[in-house]
Amino acid sequence: MKKELVIIGGGPAGLAAAIAARENGVEDLVIIERDGRLGGILNQCIHNGFGLHTFKEELTGPEYAARYIDKVLELGIPYKLNTMVVDLTQMSDQAQQAGADSVVSEEGVKAVDNAASGVHDVCKLVTVMNREEGLYTIEARAVILAMGCRERSRGALNIPGYRPAGIYSAGTAQRYVNMEGRMPGREVVILGSGDIGLIMARRMTLEGAKVKLVAELMPYSGGLKRNIVQCLDDFGIPLKLEHTVVDIKGKKRVEAVVIARVDEHSRPIPGTEEEIKCDTLLLSCGLIPENELSETLGVEMNPATKGPKVNESLETDKEGVFACGNVLHVHDLVDYVSEEALQAGKCAAAYLQGGHSAETAEKPGKQIPIRAVNGVRYTVPASLNIDRMEASQVVRFRVGNVYRDAAVEVSFNGKTVSSRKKKVLAPGEMEQIILKKQDLQQFEGLEEITVSIRQA
Amino acid sequence: MERKEFVCIGCPLGCNVTVEAEGKEIKSITGNTCPRGADYVTKELTDPRRIVTSLVKVSGGELPVVSVKTAADIPKDKIMDCMGVLKEIELPAPVCMGDVVVENVCGTGVNVIATRTCALKTAACLVSLQTRK
Repeated sequence: MKKELVIIGGGPAGLAAAIAARENGVEDLVIIERDGRLGGILNQCIHNGFGLHTFKEELTGPEYAARYIDKVLELGIPYKLNTMVVDLTQMSDQAQQAGADSVVSEEGVKAVDNAASGVHDVCKLVTVMNREEGLYTIEARAVILAMGCRERSRGALNIPGYRPAGIYSAGTAQRYVNMEGRMPGREVVILGSGDIGLIMARRMTLEGAKVKLVAELMPYSGGLKRNIVQCLDDFGIPLKLEHTVVDIKGKKRVEAVVIARVDEHSRPIPGTEEEIKCDTLLLSCGLIPENELSETLGVEMNPATKGPKVNESLETDKEGVFACGNVLHVHDLVDYVSEEALQAGKCAAAYLQGGHSAETAEKPGKQIPIRAVNGVRYTVPASLNIDRMEASQVVRFRVGNVYRDAAVEVSFNGKTVSSRKKKVLAPGEMEQIILKKQDLQQFEGLEEITVSIRQA
Repeated sequence: MERKEFVCIGCPLGCNVTVEAEGKEIKSITGNTCPRGADYVTKELTDPRRIVTSLVKVSGGELPVVSVKTAADIPKDKIMDCMGVLKEIELPAPVCMGDVVVENVCGTGVNVIATRTCALKTAACLVSLQTRK
């Protein structure tokens, strides 16, 4: 099977990317989704607060997803549910050549057209599997990676103790409660104050469970202020900062957890241990982009985001492979995921129509690196090409610590060109700057762009 | 005179705002950086309200539960009463997004509406077709 564009993932990123690609002229595309429905993790996020930026109203997760799903259906974009992508590779040049020779009919004409316009794209092989059709491979000219992220597991946290029942990641518990109507337990301790953990503290309380406390390793919460107030304070649930779980008691079922205070190096302080009786431990300790497929393809990764390194077109170092949403970097708001995915869909369409390749083939513009320094952990994109970029480019980033009365500075070749004051910057919130094409063009001999935090 | 502490949720700054009040009459507001902080604590002190999101049971649906919300915010002290009402409800599938699940929940004047569509279970759908024949 051949497709112009394959989108891996039918969550908020995949949906928005598909819509943008179709609206920009890509007819032959497909969304591959491993779950039984479109919408991804939004389906289990039944709380409100989604879409404030995009729709100027507070929607719940399913309502936000429905807006995009309806659009996908309206545009007649094909999708495959319960279908897993098991492999993603590039067809070697030789195989590609052989393939082009053997296909003389309709595809042959297209191949000739492409050759004439100077486009040499390497075909991507997407191997998928489902119950009805079995295992097969789709040849795609372009791929958009939109696989989202997963939660950090107990194994990754190295908590000692037995492996009793009753330990869940917060998102798993959320799925049980909100989609399957099952309660994971009655007396709950939550480790980590990420937003999902906070939201679940409220959900479990509303459903009649007793949430005893939320323990957070860092001296600040990774969640939004609003969630701390409305999910913890409203229900009198204590948040213990600089605390962690050092032991889990119970063999068959969780019976208690032991928490302890930690020092400035996040090491438990002996003598501060406290045993808390509970039957359930929820883990909300961060999200990791799900990039196994990207790695199989050999995409260059950014160790700070654990997602692919992308340029201004949200294209990875593999030509024709784009990334957006939480697989690229973990976002705080879904609105930004949708916004980013729209750009990825648009850029993939431009790539397929030969636009961006043809242009740069004649005039290979320089790729200018964007460096994240002084408290800025990373930037997306990590580089940009002035000739290819649009009139303005959003550069998103996160900071590594809490900063008060600081400034976000942008420098060209080490010379500060803009400085924006911020009353507070926190790791839990995504930040952004906007680069104007005009400014970049006017700066002679631009070699690198730097984004940094300057403290007052 | 009563002193109450609030964390403003207007922005990431999260100011600790202290309010001195007698009953519901506010005497002083301190600690806020901007007027939004004063508005927030005034509302929190005099009439705190929240949108409640939860679930109700569904029979014969593709999912055993369907998500719901109060169509507008309701007084904070009615949250658990509202949950009590929702616990007793079981809707027959199909349920459409926007369907009114409870009218005027707990006398708040606010309806509870479904926030997702829950189709009939496919198997159940076939059974009902067969029995119709």
